[in-house]
Order: sequence, then C-alpha cells, then structure tokens
Amino acid sequence: MPRPRPKIVRPSLAKSPTGIQGLDEVTGGGLPKGRVTLVCGSAGCGKSLLAMEFLVHGAVRYGEPGVCIDFEETEEKLRANVASLGFDLRALAKRKKLLVDFVSIERNQIAETGEYNLEGLFIRLAHAVKAIKAKRVVLDSIEALFSGLTDSTILRAELRRLFHWLEDHKLTAVVTGEAGEHTLTRHGLEEYIADCVISLDHRVRDQISTRRLRVIKYRGTSHGTDEYPFLIDREGISVVPITSLALAHKSLTDRVSTGIPSLDEMMEGKGFFRGSSVLISGTAGTGKSSLSANFTRAACARGEVCLYFAFEESPSQILRNMRSVGLNLEPWVKKGLLHFHAMRPTSIGLEAHLAAVHKLIAKLRPSVVVIDPITNLVSISGTYDVKSMLMRLVDFLKVEQITSMFTNLTFAGDPQERTAAAVSSLMDTWIVLRDSKPNGRPRRELYVLKSRGMAHSREPRELIVGERGLELGNVLRDHTLVTTVAGPGSVAPAE
Amino acid sequence: MKKSSARKRPPAKSSRRAFYRLRLYIAGQTPNSIAAIANLKRICEDKLRGKYNIEVVDLLKKPQLAKGDQIIAIPTLVRRLPPPVKKIIGNLSKTESVIVGLDLQPVR
Repeated sequence: MPRPRPKIVRPSLAKSPTGIQGLDEVTGGGLPKGRVTLVCGSAGCGKSLLAMEFLVHGAVRYGEPGVCIDFEETEEKLRANVASLGFDLRALAKRKKLLVDFVSIERNQIAETGEYNLEGLFIRLAHAVKAIKAKRVVLDSIEALFSGLTDSTILRAELRRLFHWLEDHKLTAVVTGEAGEHTLTRHGLEEYIADCVISLDHRVRDQISTRRLRVIKYRGTSHGTDEYPFLIDREGISVVPITSLALAHKSLTDRVSTGIPSLDEMMEGKGFFRGSSVLISGTAGTGKSSLSANFTRAACARGEVCLYFAFEESPSQILRNMRSVGLNLEPWVKKGLLHFHAMRPTSIGLEAHLAAVHKLIAKLRPSVVVIDPITNLVSISGTYDVKSMLMRLVDFLKVEQITSMFTNLTFAGDPQERTAAAVSSLMDTWIVLRDSKPNGRPRRELYVLKSRGMAHSREPRELIVGERGLELGNVLRDHTLVTTVAGPGSVAPAE
Repeated sequence: MKKSSARKRPPAKSSRRAFYRLRLYIAGQTPNSIAAIANLKRICEDKLRGKYNIEVVDLLKKPQLAKGDQIIAIPTLVRRLPPPVKKIIGNLSKTESVIVGLDLQPVR
C-alpha cells in the first residue's frame, strides 16, 4: 500500500495488531497486548473467524505464534475457516506457528463427585503455549464449559484464575462468548474481562443482512464507540471505520479535467477540484454515464487509476454503450487503469455495499471513483439511510483524496429530483442534465448548478453526444432547465 | 450369540467377571488429589476387591496425556474397562455418586 491509511486513534498502550482491515484503526493499533479481550455476539456473527484471524495474522505477519483452545468446532470446520483465510492449519502447526487443542465436553455426561478444579485445562493450555512459544491465545468459546460442568461457583472461580493466568504469562488473548438475552454474554463473561470488550452483531432488515462491530470498552484507550459495518468475504473480515472520519480532510487546490474542454471552460477553465465530490443528476438518457465515462477516460489518459462501480449495467454493456458515443474505454481496462465493479444493489445491504466499496478502494488505490447510479441504492433503503451512507462514503473519499462522481437518475416532472436534493448537500459540484424538445428538436441541456470554491459559469449549455465523444454547444437562451431547479445552493439563472 | 447367553446369567455373576481398569488424573500432590486417591482405594477395596487396577497419572509430569482422555477438570477418574468409557470428576468424596458414576454393581 503506497499511501498510509489515516489513523483514527493514537495508540497509548502496547497493542497487538489483529491484522484485520479496519479493526486496528478503530482500536488504535489492535487489541491490548498481554491482556484478555472478550469478543461477543450471537451465533454466526463472526466471533470465531475474528478470533482465528487474530491468531493466523499474528503468527504469519507479526511473528507471534498462537494457541487456540477450541471448545466448539471440529478440526474439519476449523481447518476450513483457516483455509478461507488462505492458510493451511496443518502447515502452520508444523511450522510451530499455530497450535489448536480441541476440547470436547460431553454435555451432562460427567458425574461430579466432590471438589475439583480446571487444572487439566490449565495444563493443556500451558503445554501448548510452551510447545510453540505462543504469544497469543484464543479460547473459543469458553462458555461451552458451562454446559458440561454444573458447579458454576467452581467454574467462575476457575475462569477468573484462567484470565489472571493468561495475563501473568503476558499472553494476548481473545475469549469469545455467546450473546445473552439481557447481558453481553450468556454467562456474564464480561464481568471478568476489564480491558477490552468487542461486540459483533448480525441483523437482518428488509431481508438484507448487515454485520456491525462495536468496541464496548477498551481500558486506557480512546476508541471509536460507533457501530462499524463489517464484511465477511473470501479474505475474512474487514471493518469500515467511517463515521469518525468526518471533516478531518484537507481540501486540495489541484484541479482535474472533466474530460470535456468546454466543460472545463465553465469551471474556471480547469475542471473539478481534486478530491471533490461531483453529482450528476438527470432524467433517463441524458448522458450521465457518458459524462462519467468521459471523466474516467481523461483520468486514465493521465495515468490515474479509476474505479467504476456499476449498479445498473454490466461492464461489457457499459463498454459497448460508450463505444457507440465514441468513447473507447477498453484499452484502459486492459492497461489495468480502469476497473469496473458491477453489483446488484439489492444483493447485499447498504452497509455491505459500503464495506465492499471501501475494500476495493483500499486494494486498488484509485484516484477517481465513479458510482453509477446512486439512485439504485435508494431502492434497497430509505433516502435517509442512503444519505448517511453516502455521507460516510464521501468523507472517506475526501480523506483519501479521491475525486468522486455520482450519477443520479431523476424523473421528469419530479419536483426537482427529490433524491438529488437529499444528497446534493454532500456534494461539492452538482451538474444537472435534462432533455428538452424546443421547436420539436430534441436536445440535452447541461447546467452547473453549483461548484463550491470556484467561480463557475451559470449558463446552461447544450450537451452534444456525438460519435467522437462529448462536447458542449452554445449557451442556451431558451432553456427549460434552470427554472425548475430549486435545490440547495441554487441560483438565479443567467440573464 | 455369546452376548445373549451372557445376559441370561445372573447379574452378580457377571459383575464378578468384570475387571475394572481405572485411571485417575491428578496434578501434583494437592489436597484434592490426595483425597481422590484415598477415596478411590477405599471404594474399590470395598466394592471391587481383586477386580480392579488403578493407574494414577500426574499431569504435571506428563502434560501431553491430558489431551487423549479430554481432561479438563482435576481430579478426573476414567473407567477404561469395562466398556463404555466413563468419566467422573471431583475428589470422589461423595461415595454414592462414585458408585453411580462408575456403575459399580455390589459384589455379593
């Protein structure tokens, strides 16, 4: 990664990085070193995966071998989990990087005949830790003990002893716990763990699932207390630390061409500010995608990496359509500068979209991002949710100094494009497109409704989509455009 | 067929034939471990005289053995024979629970 990612929280304690994208930023560097962290949540929320990633990354990237005491899963399942992270459990064990001890507790099959303690568990743990000189330990899920052993007084005393033992041995540990009805964990493990508690949540709303992570407490560290959406995919967990980024970005004064010289003319002859956000709204067929494609092509021609999120059409469709208006984008795709990413808006929830967008941006480090169109996202959620998601996305893009372009489909007769108005306040530049038919001749009209920080032209122009790309025609005197525009920041039309 | 003929025999006779192979896991000479050994010997002498064998495993000396029998609690007593394998935990001070847990039939 060429550019360092912004740090949100400054580290103040020794930390053990988890290697999980986003989580280390939210926690200011990772989990408390030499301490016990509780990760809790309901079944299937990703606790075990988080714990395993912590171990695997620790062993592979940070030179800290790890021991997992697994109370629940079988070796098969666990190996599949580790394999999904791209690692082979057996190979890691052979290289003395990771050791797993499967503890099976036969439910209610153990008769209790007097006093006992859990020294057997301690011995197994100590034996494994010693065998590979482990620095990290995962106990997943230690609550299984409660289902096998009935004397909870002994159990609680032993758990307390176990957590002290881990700290005495300077082991950084992750303990997982099942969510309880009124408590964080079913058996109140949070009472024993003072240093760091992370809660995971998996909720389904309108048949769309969203995963969220929250740092409930982290002693000695200021941490983001918000809920962060996270994603589980082939590469494991990634957390999106967004809400805390707001307004920390600095504005750039560099300019980038819109890709159309005559449109650059309208914006002080220089085009957009680098790192600014641009909204292009218009009715169907007015050239929104063409305008974005034109912008991307210009960026690629400068040698910049562009990421194009297509929520409506497949990449091949876009490429074909653009070719028909004289925009051949294929060479840039082949050159590896232009990346298309097509997604069905309804396939996953908004947060997951956001997480996916973040992930790709982190991977490709583009300087231009196009989202075409944002309208389709509205179909999966309310306008308010879309606005809050876009706000976080725009903030993120600004921090990363990425110039972003969002297209927005509007409908003729809609009292100036309600969705557009809802999100336009987030945007630095808003270009409105519309078609009209004065004197029976169809034409497209373009108007720069606002562009913060510059003296832009307020004159509507004709947008000509020809075989050789886009250009602007003459200033329109008989336009239909401006009179209907009444969004924030709107101005009186030019005389 | 052998099984069914064995079943027909009176229970006292079959218990006389069973040999108990017991393994007691301890961790050092703690009060619970010492109590468990003493309790186990007493119960066995009482109920299984001549028909048992006790092996005491100290996990402090042989930690690698904890995994095989899935030992978590100390002391743990494992009945390795006769099958099925049974496991009971604690210092064996509750004699009745031990007898039930090990499925010891009284010798007649």
